[in-house]
Amino acid sequence: MMKESVWRAPRLSLRFWPVFLRNLLVWRKLAIPSLVGNIAEPLMWLVAFGYGMGALVGQITVAGPLGPVQVPYILFLASGSICMSAMQAASFEALYSAFSRMHVQKTWDGIMNAPVGLDDIVLAEMLWAAFKALFTVTAILGVMLALGISHSPKLLVAWPVLLGVGITFSCIALIFNALATGYDFFTYYFTLFLTPMMFLSGVFFPLEQLPLAVRVVADWLPLSNAVQLVRPLFMDQWPADVARHALVLVGYTVVAFWVALALTRKRFRM
Amino acid sequence: MKAVRATPLPRSLGHNSGMEAPILSVQHLRKRYGDATVVDNVSFDIAPGECLGVIGPNGAGKTTTIRMCLGHTVPDGGSITAFGRPMPQDALAIKAQLGVVSQMDTLDPDFSCAENLLVYGRYFGMKDAAIRARIPQLLEFAALTHKADAKPGELSGGMKRRLSLARALVNDPRLLLLDEPTTGLDPQARHLMWERLQLLLQQGKSILLTTHFMDEAERLCSRLLVLDHGKKIAEGKPRDLIAQHLEPDVVEVFGVGAMALVDSPLRSLAARLEVSGETVFFYTHDASALMLGLAAHPQLRTLHRPANLEDLFLKLTGRQIREDA
Repeated sequence: MMKESVWRAPRLSLRFWPVFLRNLLVWRKLAIPSLVGNIAEPLMWLVAFGYGMGALVGQITVAGPLGPVQVPYILFLASGSICMSAMQAASFEALYSAFSRMHVQKTWDGIMNAPVGLDDIVLAEMLWAAFKALFTVTAILGVMLALGISHSPKLLVAWPVLLGVGITFSCIALIFNALATGYDFFTYYFTLFLTPMMFLSGVFFPLEQLPLAVRVVADWLPLSNAVQLVRPLFMDQWPADVARHALVLVGYTVVAFWVALALTRKRFRM
Repeated sequence: MKAVRATPLPRSLGHNSGMEAPILSVQHLRKRYGDATVVDNVSFDIAPGECLGVIGPNGAGKTTTIRMCLGHTVPDGGSITAFGRPMPQDALAIKAQLGVVSQMDTLDPDFSCAENLLVYGRYFGMKDAAIRARIPQLLEFAALTHKADAKPGELSGGMKRRLSLARALVNDPRLLLLDEPTTGLDPQARHLMWERLQLLLQQGKSILLTTHFMDEAERLCSRLLVLDHGKKIAEGKPRDLIAQHLEPDVVEVFGVGAMALVDSPLRSLAARLEVSGETVFFYTHDASALMLGLAAHPQLRTLHRPANLEDLFLKLTGRQIREDA
């Protein structure tokens, strides 16, 4: 019998839904403590840096569609850090939590004894991590609105964009989930990949501060494209080069999901 | 999503004569990992209502065979047909009618027993109302009614295995695949598990069971498959296999001086003799002369018993410890 290639096309179906529901049901039991964990840290960063550094930095100049605009540092930081929060929430869920279900608890093995394929389980985990990111982002947006950092009506558009950011980063994280031998492995992903990306994506300071060679790389990072889509929306403006940024994110998403699926199939020898 | 199958639990089809088409048919199955052939030309059928036991030392290929039957491992050769459908091509349709208890429990630690059943039923596309209607019966079957709201972490090993069995029954499967369902259980829990499995056989379910316990195999299985090094080395009804391969009586002798018997005249009273550790096993068609002879050695301890599956198993697969055991 010919073994099919692990790179074959994804076989996705609605059978992913009960798996997604399973994760939702577990999370509902732990939602309140998880909410505190998910939003407390990003908010501490925002308040400490935004107000503390903001007092030193004052206004910051950002390129807008109608020329450079002066914005308060806290607005600059808030619009970048919310993308970072979406990235971290999705990554954390698709690494530590998905790995627990896949490897430690063997939840996936149990599910695969029922008529649910591995592809649908990976899809469910991907969407679940994106949902967690959306949940975190929504909570932080609520606090930002309450603090009056931005009242832009275009935040309604930022919301689905941030869901997309969650999807992109959960797909990327699932690649590393498929390769992991233990939790320690994820430390590399966070310290060698996500942390440098935070500093190269215009979250804390404008990309114009970076040397040109670094900026060329930065322009292709998923987080910097996300920030460039979301930041103008916080300032009640439409982002420039929407198609380019969206395509970069979609490209990362499709490629990462395919790779994650292939490596997960390889891991399960399917 | 369509509900794949959701009929009520109690059904009495009675025992089947085995004349119908097999519910599971495995033909010339082969699996290689690198240079090692872990399953080598294995064929067997399971008739409706039958319990087939697969026994063999660790590494004999039992779990790999089960994994291939589930479509989790792709065979290198041979075919698997379940309910008339090919595996792995129709894996999802086949699994809709299967119940699986794997070697390791995969229960959800965050859910209560009842929630474990509910969530698992959803994977079969069953409606919540249909699953909820079955949960009391399933919990009762698993003797876990009083633990409906307890999480797996609060259950004993036997309770966890029974919850796994109840979970495997949520879709009212026609065939159960049980990979060492009683390993690690105490005798009470094991007997309760046996009782439940016998009940399922009476209801007309078919079972494929792997086990290391020969009393379990003898008690539950209508037919046995003995695997070693990936090959089928024997197949048949437990009693027939024993009669076919062994003398009916066994006398075990141990104690100081037992080894001297190996070269004593008593040896001629046995059809066959085996030594394992400090114990001498005499296999014989009539033990009376041997027992009389042994009476002259009161310092030795003797055990006279009928030959059993364990003897068969050890004869076929050898007494030496396997490297991977």
